[in-house]
Amino acid sequence: MSELTASQRLDIIRHKGRPTVNDYIPMLFDRFMEMHGDRLFGDDGAIMGGIAYFKGTPVTVIAQVKGRDLAENQKCNFGMPHPEGYRKALRLAKQAEKFHRPVICLVDTAGAFCGVDAEKRGQGEAIAKNLMEFMTLRTPIISIVLGEGGSGGALALAVCDELAMLENALYSVISPRGFASILWKDAAREREACDLMKITASDLYDLGVCDYIIPEAPGGAHNSPEQTANNISSYISKALERKLKKGLDELVNERYNKFRIVGEFNEDPRSDK
Amino acid sequence: MLEDLFSMVKVRFNADQTEDNRKKTDIPKGLLFKCPRCRNVTLADEFNKRGKVCPNCNYHSRLSAKERLDITVDRGTFREFDKNMISKNPIDFPDYEQKQIALREKTGLKDAVVTGRAKIYGKDTVIIVMDSNFMMASMGSVVGEKITRAFEYATRNKLPVIAFTASGGARMQEGIVSLMQMAKTSGAVARHSEAGQLYISVMTDPTTGGVTASFASLGDIIIAEPKVLIGFAGRRVIEGTIKQKLPDDFQSAEFMLQNGFVDMIVDRVRMKRVLSHILRMHNYTGEVQSK
Repeated sequence: MSELTASQRLDIIRHKGRPTVNDYIPMLFDRFMEMHGDRLFGDDGAIMGGIAYFKGTPVTVIAQVKGRDLAENQKCNFGMPHPEGYRKALRLAKQAEKFHRPVICLVDTAGAFCGVDAEKRGQGEAIAKNLMEFMTLRTPIISIVLGEGGSGGALALAVCDELAMLENALYSVISPRGFASILWKDAAREREACDLMKITASDLYDLGVCDYIIPEAPGGAHNSPEQTANNISSYISKALERKLKKGLDELVNERYNKFRIVGEFNEDPRSDK
Repeated sequence: MLEDLFSMVKVRFNADQTEDNRKKTDIPKGLLFKCPRCRNVTLADEFNKRGKVCPNCNYHSRLSAKERLDITVDRGTFREFDKNMISKNPIDFPDYEQKQIALREKTGLKDAVVTGRAKIYGKDTVIIVMDSNFMMASMGSVVGEKITRAFEYATRNKLPVIAFTASGGARMQEGIVSLMQMAKTSGAVARHSEAGQLYISVMTDPTTGGVTASFASLGDIIIAEPKVLIGFAGRRVIEGTIKQKLPDDFQSAEFMLQNGFVDMIVDRVRMKRVLSHILRMHNYTGEVQSK
């Protein structure tokens, strides 16, 4: 795998030919049927969900949608979900649990949308509810970060049994732009922030957050969406094989522990100060 | 002559101003409280006598964890958990250790949350209090771990949890590790809930970002103090997105109540009584032996 810096990878994931879930879903799944709406308020174009076959096994797919052009971007709000998107995701995940289907989440967002309506409809509550419910969902959940994993907006689809990241994907607590503007009051220093924040797939692998790194086509996924899709597909096969053979109690316990152990602190009273 | 009149006015006006200025500079810092909600200025004595509540608009200002515990739990009953936990520097963030050392000295806190068990009018409970004096109570490893352990302790011991939340959100100095604390704490809430135990979340000023988007919003009962700030995204971020100024009450406790995300707004002077009633209604009546 190439050793690129985080900001070089940022260029790759922002390449205008970067494949989106609209490209990947037909290559990864058969007979994808999209399901709309959260049954509470509306249907969010930034999160697409539905049922499909993965190599013959019925699965539930929940994916964050980025547009490939302006028209698509208007429909999907540039990949930034509103609360109804997260609530749709939860509805479909609960349905997957009921019918014993594994859930495949494809994460690609700059973050949850920040706006007046999003606040009115409870963006914080919607994300919180997903974190809690996905943690105890009694069916396997595999999450894959395809491009940008932006903060809580990404995490709401990434409480899972295994987290994989595409080789050039980034996953961070705050966007590099937001980081630069808070820390240095200068959003233009985004690239510098990017390289400081430890947000690449290999950084996250080292920090114990990312479990697998999926190689992209040489030079980036845009050079061969098919080859990248093949790599994702073989990863999903193996991940499902690993998780489907576990009992549900074991699965849910391991999921809790996967997140439970993250954190770096010291308890030695001698280190007090 | 007319000119003279004007110059007199001018002189008087300036004299008034300089006198005003002198008055201002004569007042020692900390003698006045300027309310961030209504911008009304009151004497600090008056403000403190009312338990740090704005006498003009009833905005409930921030308390330290110690002040909060003093007015919330029965005297002498608080037993602190994980007193000595301090954060490492998971992403080697520049100057993070030094910043923490300085803050520990300044605030007397080890990090931004105090957890433990205590009694409220004789009823045992686990209590979590965040303190915005320490890095705006942002959630990193220590905050996440202490909150998770508090919920796990409560689950084991069949105790309720009362959490006074206040936070600027996830602690960006700890990078992705701080984001994971949102999942970790929410998971601990889930297990406590599955065990049939009660969790009361009390949102205080300010409850925002990754804390709003995790355990703070997951209470069986969610209470807010009047006029406090509650929201997900920062106000300036939203104003930047929509290119217009937001109304003053946007993201207030009252806004959250109106939109259905808070059960009730409770004044500070009534808080302990209300918490006590809720505990009793859920059959928490007294002492619970710890395991």
